[in-house]
Amino acid sequence: MMIEVCPVGEVRTAGDGIFILRFRSPRIATTIRAGQFLNIRASEGIDPLLRRPFSAYWTDKTDVEIVFHVVGRGTALLQGKRPGETIDVLGPAGTPFGKDNSPFDTAVLIGGGLGVAPLPILTRELAVAGTPVVSFLGGRSRGYIVRDHLENLHVATDDGSEGFHGTVVALAERSLTTTSFGRVKLFACGPMPMLRAVAVLARKNGMPCEVSLEGPMGCGIGICQGCPVELAGEEKKYALMCKEGPTFDIRTIRI
Amino acid sequence: MATTSFRLRNCEFKNRVFAASGTYGYGDEIVDLADPSRLGAIVTKSLSLKPRAGNPPVRIVETTGGVLNSIGLANIGVHSFLEEKLPHLRSMNTAVIANIAAGTVDEYCEVLRILDDQEGIDGFEINVSCPNVREGGLSFGTDRAAIADITRRLRPMTKRPLIIKLTPNVSHIAEFARAVEAEGADAVSVMNTLIGMAVDVNTRKPILSTITGGLSGPAIKPIAIAKVYETARAVKIPVIGLGGIVNTTDALEFLIAGASAVQVGTVNFVDPSAGIKIADGINRYCDEHGIDDVARLVGSLDAGTGISVVDSWL
Repeated sequence: MMIEVCPVGEVRTAGDGIFILRFRSPRIATTIRAGQFLNIRASEGIDPLLRRPFSAYWTDKTDVEIVFHVVGRGTALLQGKRPGETIDVLGPAGTPFGKDNSPFDTAVLIGGGLGVAPLPILTRELAVAGTPVVSFLGGRSRGYIVRDHLENLHVATDDGSEGFHGTVVALAERSLTTTSFGRVKLFACGPMPMLRAVAVLARKNGMPCEVSLEGPMGCGIGICQGCPVELAGEEKKYALMCKEGPTFDIRTIRI
Repeated sequence: MATTSFRLRNCEFKNRVFAASGTYGYGDEIVDLADPSRLGAIVTKSLSLKPRAGNPPVRIVETTGGVLNSIGLANIGVHSFLEEKLPHLRSMNTAVIANIAAGTVDEYCEVLRILDDQEGIDGFEINVSCPNVREGGLSFGTDRAAIADITRRLRPMTKRPLIIKLTPNVSHIAEFARAVEAEGADAVSVMNTLIGMAVDVNTRKPILSTITGGLSGPAIKPIAIAKVYETARAVKIPVIGLGGIVNTTDALEFLIAGASAVQVGTVNFVDPSAGIKIADGINRYCDEHGIDDVARLVGSLDAGTGISVVDSWL
């Protein structure tokens, strides 16, 4: 893990208030794995003060992309970056998918909103391994669906403006009961209520399941102890989202 | 180049910039990102007798210019520290100050006794000021008789420097500094975090699980400098200043206001090499101003004819 000042390549629109920022870092681009994140400092000043975590969304040999919704000052600063300006990037941080080694025939990827972020690189890694991938992506409406690089994509929207009218987990469940995928493993990233529904789905069907969590972090490297994730089985035992996560075997945590 | 070293009792620090407790772990997460050997000291994450899981989420939230936290002294416990962390920490070629937290006076004594047996611990900082735990912490830190008692009990147990970390959540911090000075403390750290709170207006719930937390970062810097100024005028022992330092200018303000050394905290979460940059920056400032020893900066404030309100408390 290193801190690197990286030149911005471009910032492009990817949806309603959603942007993709590309920056140059051959080191990160060639080493980061699906599920790992980058802790990015948007300004040199003190507002915002802390770095913000972003999953790596896509990489090529030299460049890395992140996807984000403009929600506050930090993301507004990122959106306003011009080519050649720089961002201060710590990473790759966290641990990648691969917390559970159960054998499976089909990877079912479930993303909610910008929980799509780690799924494109995961799709690519699974393709390299020769694993079939089916993807389900949900959002408030059509403008919230960021669909690039996904395989066999099925879309759900809350308002019915595209695809299935309902939640992405309901769509995935319907598909899992009507289609035979062999042994399925679930990979999911999205808001907590969605992940809870995914946990129920996994438990009900006895499917292995890994999730990538998002939440507030202080440092992103395990020193501030600010991002506890409650471990299953034991009351008041915590893992750190930034260090042991952000990916977890869903059976090992309480969400 | 100016002399940078700083002595407390039998311990010599190579410079006057330390990493603050809870912002540098036990040094091991940092090594890829910064060179701890260039700091005056690493103050460890608080160590308690038994491991502590810490508080439930949410533990941390950024506020304007600051960070509000409620970690709850999550730590691996003193025994695991000795086995798993101290050997590596010793190899980092800088002074190690063990920060101790406890729920009872006996527990402070027990943790210090266990650590004082060890090679590689250069001093102790006693955390009597954590705002995020129910027992111990602030209930000691806001009680002058209690922190005097803790200091009295700990003092004969070690020949190493004994530093008491004070809370700003009291009316007159200088009275607390005097109380521990009288019991033989070698220095005071001024200051721990201020109690703060943030509310989610959509849910009308507090953002932190413990409702209130401790505020750190640039937002508290002017308060910390005033507390250092007040304390340094009240006691003869060194004051170690901390609270919102993010750059060289901030550190110089503390030194000039009366701090003999500084600790760099929250900024480590953003840039773990900040303390090293600040130590270098202090050297540059001394060179530029013809200062041959950083000690000459300490308390060098030119207050002119100004009289501060804190003078009336002293």
